[in-house]
Amino acid sequence: MTRVARRTALAAFVLALTVSLAAQKGMSVSEKDSSVYAPLAKAPAKATARRNPLESDPDAVAAGANLFAQHCAECHGEMAQGGRKGPSLLADPVRQASPGAIFWILTNGVVRRGMPVWSKLPEPQRWQLVAYIKSLSPRSGPASKPQK
Amino acid sequence: MAQESPYIVTYDHYLEEPGSLELEYFSTFGAPRAGNDFHAFWTEFEYGATASWTTEIYIDGQTTFNDSTLFTGFRWENRFRLLQQEHFVNPVLYIEYEQISGADKILKEVEGHDVEADYATPNALARQEHNHEIETKLLLSKAFQGWNIAENTLAAKNLTGGNPWEFGYALGASRPLALKASAHRCTFCRENFIAGVEMYGGLGDRHSFGLHDTSHYLAPVVAWNLPSDWTLRLSPGFGLNNNSHGFLLRWGVSREFSGFGAAFGSMIGRFFGGRKP
Repeated sequence: MTRVARRTALAAFVLALTVSLAAQKGMSVSEKDSSVYAPLAKAPAKATARRNPLESDPDAVAAGANLFAQHCAECHGEMAQGGRKGPSLLADPVRQASPGAIFWILTNGVVRRGMPVWSKLPEPQRWQLVAYIKSLSPRSGPASKPQK
Repeated sequence: MAQESPYIVTYDHYLEEPGSLELEYFSTFGAPRAGNDFHAFWTEFEYGATASWTTEIYIDGQTTFNDSTLFTGFRWENRFRLLQQEHFVNPVLYIEYEQISGADKILKEVEGHDVEADYATPNALARQEHNHEIETKLLLSKAFQGWNIAENTLAAKNLTGGNPWEFGYALGASRPLALKASAHRCTFCRENFIAGVEMYGGLGDRHSFGLHDTSHYLAPVVAWNLPSDWTLRLSPGFGLNNNSHGFLLRWGVSREFSGFGAAFGSMIGRFFGGRKP
């Protein structure tokens, strides 16, 4: 029992790790794949209508830039241009989305597509991230660069 | 990427980010009323396989003062997020296989009729007991106005011999010291500190469910999430009845490595003949 159980557990772990690593390797998000932005349209009307309570906070964009560098840049790219796992946040669907819709995506994630829920960040920090994302412009880049 | 909860025993519903590897080291120092003091320690390798599945390997050991130092076994833990979106309460299914000896003292969970007297057995004797255990938990957790509230229900069965299912619980509440992030990157900002409290204990087994002959603990917890992806945790735990250790001092350090999965997966792909992306 001991040896069999140990070998079975080890084999199962190696198999699970291999499958998940293969899945990681296969992840790539093309900006041309517009379906990656479809979840934005699924935000409920009540959530979409929410305004950013920090939109007049002069520090919100700078704080959001630092949060973005810590939590989001790994997948979405340092300049939010898109990466292996996350789509560009400079694209029209994101720029046209309401702050409430972006907040809703941050809160709920898009788990099926690999984006985790970010409700572990307190609500004000999620709104700071929204302020930063809404400040992004494809020509000039972010309004506030994260500090290194 | 570090924004880790301060809990040592309780789990919230947040999983490791996909492709991220977190290395963690934890220590528990215990001073039983009867028997020698001990220092138990474990190393965790926690990997975010997908956004709804985190898998983790533990390697356990302990030093009992005036006795010996032992490797006490390993655990393989998996957590599965059950719902795609955030809800009023968020459930996560936890399944773990453990192969540990009777000398294991990390107290990662308290279950069944675990009591302080179990820890007085000399290592040479305790290590002869081999346990193969399946442990399941239902993790319920909620984010509410900056607070995290978590409740875990545990059911475990030792596959060795005819042991009954044993039960336990863990409760936790925590909150960052500040909810807004600073405009400047900083190490000592209040938002980097998360404080809370957790309570955990056994609930007997299938034949004698309840609180009699069980041990329970109350433990303040604090985590310091550094901008460099390191997290430090500290938790003094206090036994709540005569079956519990009087005092447990726990601390841990962890470091998150993001992008591990993609880099390692790419390396494996090239090893098997794929082209460098």
